[in-house]
Amino acid sequence: MKHLLSIADLSREEILEILDTAVSMHEVQHRDVKKLPTLRGRTIINFFFEDSTRTRSSFELAGKWLSADTINLTGKGTSVSKGESLRDTVKTIDAMGVDMMIIRHMASGAPAQIAQWTKCSIVNAGDGMHEHPSQALLDAYTMRQRLGDLEGRHVALVGDLTHSRVFRSNVLCLATLGAKVTLVAPATLMPAGIGDWAKADGIELSHDLDAVLPTVDAVMMLRVQRERMSGGFFPTAREYAVTYGLTKERLRLLPDHAVICHPGPMNRGLEISGDAADAAQSLVLDQVSAGVAVRMSILYHLLSGDQSGEGDAA
Amino acid sequence: MSPAQERVPVGAADQTGGRVVLAQAEISRALRRIAHEILEGNKGTEGLVLMGIPTRGVPLAQRLAATLHDVEGVDIPHGTLDITMYRDDLRSQPVRAMERSQVPEGGVDGKVVVLVDDVLYSGRTVRAALDSLADLGRPRAVRLAVLVDRGHRELPIRADYVGKNLPTAQSERVSVRLTETDGTDEVVISGPSAGEAHR
Amino acid sequence: MSTETRPTNTTPLLITGADLAGAGTGDLLVVDGRIAAVGADAADEAPEGAQRYHGEGLVALPGLVDLHTHLREPGREDSETIETGSRAAAAGGYTAVLAMANTNPVTDTAEAAERILDLGQRAGYVDVHPVGAVSKGLAGEELAELGLMARSRARVRVFSDDGKCVHDARLMRRALEYIRSFDGVISQHSQDPSLAGSTACCHEGELSGRLGLPGWPGVAEESIVARDVMLARHTGSRVHVAHVSTAGSVEVLRWAKAQGIAVTAEVTPHHLLLTTDLLSSYDPVYKVNPPLRPQEDVEALREALADGTIDIVATDHAPHVRQDKEHAFIDAAFGMLGLETALSVVSTVMVAEGRMTWADVARTMSTDPARIARLTDQGQGLTVGAPANLTLVDHDRKVVVDAANSQSLSRNNPWHGRELTGGIHLTMLRGRVTAREGLVWGATA
Repeated sequence: MKHLLSIADLSREEILEILDTAVSMHEVQHRDVKKLPTLRGRTIINFFFEDSTRTRSSFELAGKWLSADTINLTGKGTSVSKGESLRDTVKTIDAMGVDMMIIRHMASGAPAQIAQWTKCSIVNAGDGMHEHPSQALLDAYTMRQRLGDLEGRHVALVGDLTHSRVFRSNVLCLATLGAKVTLVAPATLMPAGIGDWAKADGIELSHDLDAVLPTVDAVMMLRVQRERMSGGFFPTAREYAVTYGLTKERLRLLPDHAVICHPGPMNRGLEISGDAADAAQSLVLDQVSAGVAVRMSILYHLLSGDQSGEGDAA
Repeated sequence: MSPAQERVPVGAADQTGGRVVLAQAEISRALRRIAHEILEGNKGTEGLVLMGIPTRGVPLAQRLAATLHDVEGVDIPHGTLDITMYRDDLRSQPVRAMERSQVPEGGVDGKVVVLVDDVLYSGRTVRAALDSLADLGRPRAVRLAVLVDRGHRELPIRADYVGKNLPTAQSERVSVRLTETDGTDEVVISGPSAGEAHR
Repeated sequence: MSTETRPTNTTPLLITGADLAGAGTGDLLVVDGRIAAVGADAADEAPEGAQRYHGEGLVALPGLVDLHTHLREPGREDSETIETGSRAAAAGGYTAVLAMANTNPVTDTAEAAERILDLGQRAGYVDVHPVGAVSKGLAGEELAELGLMARSRARVRVFSDDGKCVHDARLMRRALEYIRSFDGVISQHSQDPSLAGSTACCHEGELSGRLGLPGWPGVAEESIVARDVMLARHTGSRVHVAHVSTAGSVEVLRWAKAQGIAVTAEVTPHHLLLTTDLLSSYDPVYKVNPPLRPQEDVEALREALADGTIDIVATDHAPHVRQDKEHAFIDAAFGMLGLETALSVVSTVMVAEGRMTWADVARTMSTDPARIARLTDQGQGLTVGAPANLTLVDHDRKVVVDAANSQSLSRNNPWHGRELTGGIHLTMLRGRVTAREGLVWGATA
């Protein structure tokens, strides 16, 4: 496995391997000496064209704790009028002989395009509205730690699906792990063509959060940007919170064992109430803690081992 | 106890066509002797921690701990030391799965850690184990107990306690089987084979 | 076999044994830049010293006319010039092209139009006719000098803000009324900007949902087509729908034509074969406006071209320098090359599959485009007395498209590596050979 561009690149076995290794990596996080020599001598560039303190520091720690040399670069969004093309920009860095570029970009598909132009490994740290594979893996890890095997579990994804890369990666990851997925959002916040997509992939759609909550093992609340109001996606924050927010009242609808996830950052009071965010069932902080361990596991699986492409048998 | 130079049934074959060099009884005796040597060397059980190197070092460490308990009536702390992340041959193999390390309560700081493994060969596994241990704490001393020493060291490493010295050709393959992992206790040498395990 | 020397204007040329645009095999005699004789007895009229050219196995078509090309000069000569674009056109079997107005500066005055005409004549490979902008600077607010452009030496008859839509209904109505007096036509890039957001870059549907790319729905095109045919009816003026891409647009056109409304329409070669599925690799070579659509739309477009609901094929040849395409998909420039491969695509998709005959190809790629643009010197078919603008097509030849082997300055070619059936054997402009078997000749005085 050379790149991690999309969750679709991973088989069920590969996902489980990454999650299992992450358990051991998580222990390193709690040691005094947070260092493993495994990726010593490897060079990793965090190339973030779109800003993100949380994901970038998570990847940076992951690389450093594995003894790799990590460097952070910010890229300007390239556009046709602004001089250097994206291809030239990444080929320049690749030519220095780096082993991996971790790319976050505002444009969907940019990491996949970059992988065509460069020799090093590419990890997608979030591309536009398309995917955020490491987030889906850490979400799965966190849910699995609390719920056990995700096969047959029912997970609801709620919120602005159209603009969410977390949704797209999670929907693929959960399906590969055998979970049943229900999407809950107003029609204006579901992607175009979702009807065909849902039918093709066996996903349920619903506009009624109250009906769905009693049936789930996990509910993942996705961020809703207030700017979407001006795009005509929903009328007011108040209406959204009442119809689709995880309010204090809705907490009671959840089964006792069910867990609450949110990839962050949260809009308290909009898609998730303070009560829900801080509830005992909330895994929000666990998700953050798991982030570094899961990313360490990803880097380990991509960069250690024989790179001549003989597969990734344990 | 007679030294571990007992003659084993020559030519006794196992299913894979190899030659059994240690049978169940010999293995038990060797382990019992090692346990006593550990006690003798340490002048008792004070500060002892046994750390088994996966895979088969783990049941061996458990058996040693049980024997020490029988002899001295004391619970000896024991655990598992995964060395995957510290190997020096990661790049030449497909990606390896990790095992879980398990450090006993009380840790390793200031202890006498006895590393336990089934076969000592090139010494690289033990080198990795020493690095792994160093990131867990600072033992007072580290000792090495192995069931079989088959020679051909590539690093300046030696075992303190050896079950059996087994001169081998590099082309030969030494297989240790234990009841806990393989259903039976025996040590087998097989003839020249391609791609034998590098230990 | 074929002659070695290139025939000049003055040497009579007899092409023997060609399939004459689907009307049967025969000969064709060219004298002094005109078709002097056509058919079985053309050979009898050949004067002494006439050169002979073996047309056996070839299809003779009237010279192709492209109603929709982007030549990028003035302004982006790094991606294409009038000269290189003309060479590409000749290589593709074209003898005339209509050059869209979205240059820099925009072609919105008589002077600008005449300059393009002159540059085209100087290059001498094809007749380059400038399209005039509908609105000043393509801003969509005020009318450009439509009348002056029509009266200029360039005799502009086709007006378009292509690249952008004339989306203000009032401006579209005024423009249609205004051009009626000189029999002009507005070629509309049908795309409602409020339904197709500013970042939209592909067809809005299941795939764009999965890929996370902002798309625009078919209705953004269809709603403008519907509005414009009603405006055409209301004003009695001519509307031409550029690059139709959806089944819904075809339905509107069918209805409009049944009503006798003066609307014509074009389809590009890429919309006849390429679908939106190609975007899953995020390769910007497939980024185009209007976008590639799903297979159902492609089928509807093929049917419409075959039954005449869509009148013509036009390339929308849109060259781009490498670095304008080597960006993330959403940032990359829109457009594909088309001049050199158009005939091959139509031959592969429509003729080889039995949807169209060569006579249909002559109509949709020569006669009707010339008629819509009111060209006088082109599109007159293989008739005696017509200017000798000809294309000879080797309809059996299998061609694997090689993007590097191109007359264009640009390389954004979506057909690279694909096998097509049918290639240009020879192109002739008023009796002068401009291209033969992939080689393009220099112009003579």
